Amino acid sequence: MEGMDDIRATFFEECAELLGNAAELLGQLADGSAGDDTLHAIFRAVHSIKGGAGAFGFTRLVEFTHVAETLMDSLRNGRSAPTEEIISLLVRAIDSLGDLVAAEQTGTQLPSNFGAEIVAAMTQAANDGADSPIGQSAGSRAPSAAGAIQSPRQCIIGFAPQPQVFRNGNEPILILTQLARLGEADIQPDLSRLPNLDALDPEDSYLVWTIHLTTIAPEAELREVFEFVEDDCRLTLADAPPPAIAPSPPPAALPAGDATVGPPQAPPDPPPAAARAEKPNQAPSPQTRSIRVDIEKVDRLVNLVGELVITQAVLLEQSSGLSVDQHPDLLRGIEGLSQHARELQESVMAIRAQPVKSVFSRIPRLVRDLAAELGRDVRIIMTGENTEIDKTVIEQLGDPLTHMIRNAIDHGIEPPAERMAAGKPAQGTIHLSAEHRSGRIVIEISDDGRGINRDQVRRKAESKGLIPANANLSDDEITNLIFLPGFSTAEKVSNVSGRGVGMDVVKRNVQAMGGRINLESRFGTGSRFTLSLPLTLAILDGMVVAIGRQTYIIPLSNIVENLRPRAGDIRPLVGYGEVLALRGDYISLVPLHGIFGIPGAVTNPCNGIVVIVEGDGGKRLALLVDELIGQQQVVVKSIEENYGSVEGIGGATILGNGRVALILDVSRLRCARPPPAQAQAA
Amino acid sequence: MSARRVLTVDDSRTMRNMVAFTLRNAGYAVEEAQDGAEAIKALQIGNYDLVITDLNMPTMDGLALVRAMRATPRNRATPILILTTEADAEKKAAGRAAGATGWLVKPFNPQRLIEITAKVCA
Repeated sequence: MEGMDDIRATFFEECAELLGNAAELLGQLADGSAGDDTLHAIFRAVHSIKGGAGAFGFTRLVEFTHVAETLMDSLRNGRSAPTEEIISLLVRAIDSLGDLVAAEQTGTQLPSNFGAEIVAAMTQAANDGADSPIGQSAGSRAPSAAGAIQSPRQCIIGFAPQPQVFRNGNEPILILTQLARLGEADIQPDLSRLPNLDALDPEDSYLVWTIHLTTIAPEAELREVFEFVEDDCRLTLADAPPPAIAPSPPPAALPAGDATVGPPQAPPDPPPAAARAEKPNQAPSPQTRSIRVDIEKVDRLVNLVGELVITQAVLLEQSSGLSVDQHPDLLRGIEGLSQHARELQESVMAIRAQPVKSVFSRIPRLVRDLAAELGRDVRIIMTGENTEIDKTVIEQLGDPLTHMIRNAIDHGIEPPAERMAAGKPAQGTIHLSAEHRSGRIVIEISDDGRGINRDQVRRKAESKGLIPANANLSDDEITNLIFLPGFSTAEKVSNVSGRGVGMDVVKRNVQAMGGRINLESRFGTGSRFTLSLPLTLAILDGMVVAIGRQTYIIPLSNIVENLRPRAGDIRPLVGYGEVLALRGDYISLVPLHGIFGIPGAVTNPCNGIVVIVEGDGGKRLALLVDELIGQQQVVVKSIEENYGSVEGIGGATILGNGRVALILDVSRLRCARPPPAQAQAA
Repeated sequence: MSARRVLTVDDSRTMRNMVAFTLRNAGYAVEEAQDGAEAIKALQIGNYDLVITDLNMPTMDGLALVRAMRATPRNRATPILILTTEADAEKKAAGRAAGATGWLVKPFNPQRLIEITAKVCA
């Protein structure tokens, strides 16, 4: 059985979905692609959130949704028109709603005036549409029976249901049972209206009751028992004088009531609704084609399939020495296994895959808002929204993508006047696309803005000491300097992209998901960011390297280049150990065998291979390994979950030969570097 | 006596879970449907002692469900509770006219749901 915590979790999960939906639908409303049902669907989303919020006692959320709902209601009834202002108001309301939900979820306290301005604006807008305010307090409660505890009193209740009371599914006997729970009851039926059997309609009610009830319950509570039938019955409530217990005649009011009950008001009609009876089988709900599964279950499945793929690789490797003539069936079986394991892996990954649409759908609004704020005229063209990638990748994609779009509008697209002067259309265009390319997803963001001024970038990088003066750099290398930490191309920091995070953070985010980012730009005509991401985080493209008798994996996304240094390139630097001189730059040399204590490894860099890697913040390291074995996709196993956190190690994998190989976490490697106190034996 | 069977109809999973959780704890057997059309399907197969429905739902709303049930001999007398945030009289009247047994205004407290359920479903 589900507990309250689960229901809470469901609520927040559902809120996220509903808010996402509402935002998308509002977008449709804004660009005119909305259908008839759009307004209703947005209303329903807000309404559902309100319902759940009320159940959990999230009062602020209830109040806020109530106001939004009122405005939505006036829109869908046509009392207000969905003008641009109102849509943008609703967009902000959905945003604030998201914040309110998040605050409840995390238990954060929001300022008491949070959203007050939006609430006021929405109330105003709703009132403009209606002559009078539509709704007042949400969840109004029954009038509380004020007053002190009363001593038991006796009252006489006359209950005369109308004949059709059964038709709404009400059952007098249940009502009488309820009433009897409130005190001591003496219930007397009046059978006088019961007709002869041949005249009796079994679906009608003919009985009338008189109840003498001794109770402490206030009258309101007594009336509440009858709340569902009050329109379908004649009800009298009177206090009886306490001492005189009057067993008979019922109060005069009742016979009078009897008279008004009269014959059935509406004959037991074959209701006109009968014609509609067969109709309920309307369009089948589209949602029934999918099921909802806990992400943990899927993760477990992904993990198991990972294990299976590893086992399969072990079998394949072990069987590679066998002769086909001697073991034809075994080898055929193993081949079949390999193929099925691969397909199984792809299918399982596809379960977690989601269209990038969920991230892309937020972008048009961002573009609209930013363009308005910065006085640009920008249109966004998106393609490939249905391209699917792993959920975990999607979750991490939002921030870098948002930042790059901000960047493109703030730094890329020029103000309309400047564009006209440069002979471009006043409206700038940003293309956002996603596509699958050789087992990865590639996301491109291109703009037709001013592009990157390489001279300026170079001067800035030099002045900030990011590159040595006169460094020999290719055009591409200069362009990509903007990814260095501490680099900001904006002449002055604007409140849009200059929030203390630069492209270096974007790059770090992208690398953290095993992705690569590249920028091409032509000054005056525009820029193009290319993001290449893995389809899943559970599988990693790695370079397998040997150190002594050990095998390690270096994530391919971190690798810049490999080389075998000449003797003159390695120089000792006081306080830094050895450094590698590379094209005018000095890179710390990290002897991995020293860090991991591996005996028998190559110690002279000139006899081994140096792998240049780039970790967080663009910091480069030169890793010394014995040799490169090859490039391979590996299934990532968490080492923290199964063992504990190890400095410089991001995970582990099992290779085809059944041996475990550790995967380096390049960003945390330099912290692990011990003081370079070793004798530098050649 | 076997447990009373309740069908809860709501497009909000949270609400369905709430209702189901509350009533299961009170000893009812609860099944769920996410809109009127789904409820109708369930009602064609199963016998329910009570249907608790939201009003505002896609595909087939609560009022349509109530009307459809009342027009079917099989469900003509099945108690139906309308569970909705819209407390206004207009909605209650519409619900009554359609044939609903009773209503409960969201947000409800679990005790109240149990009480009301007992009131319409023995």
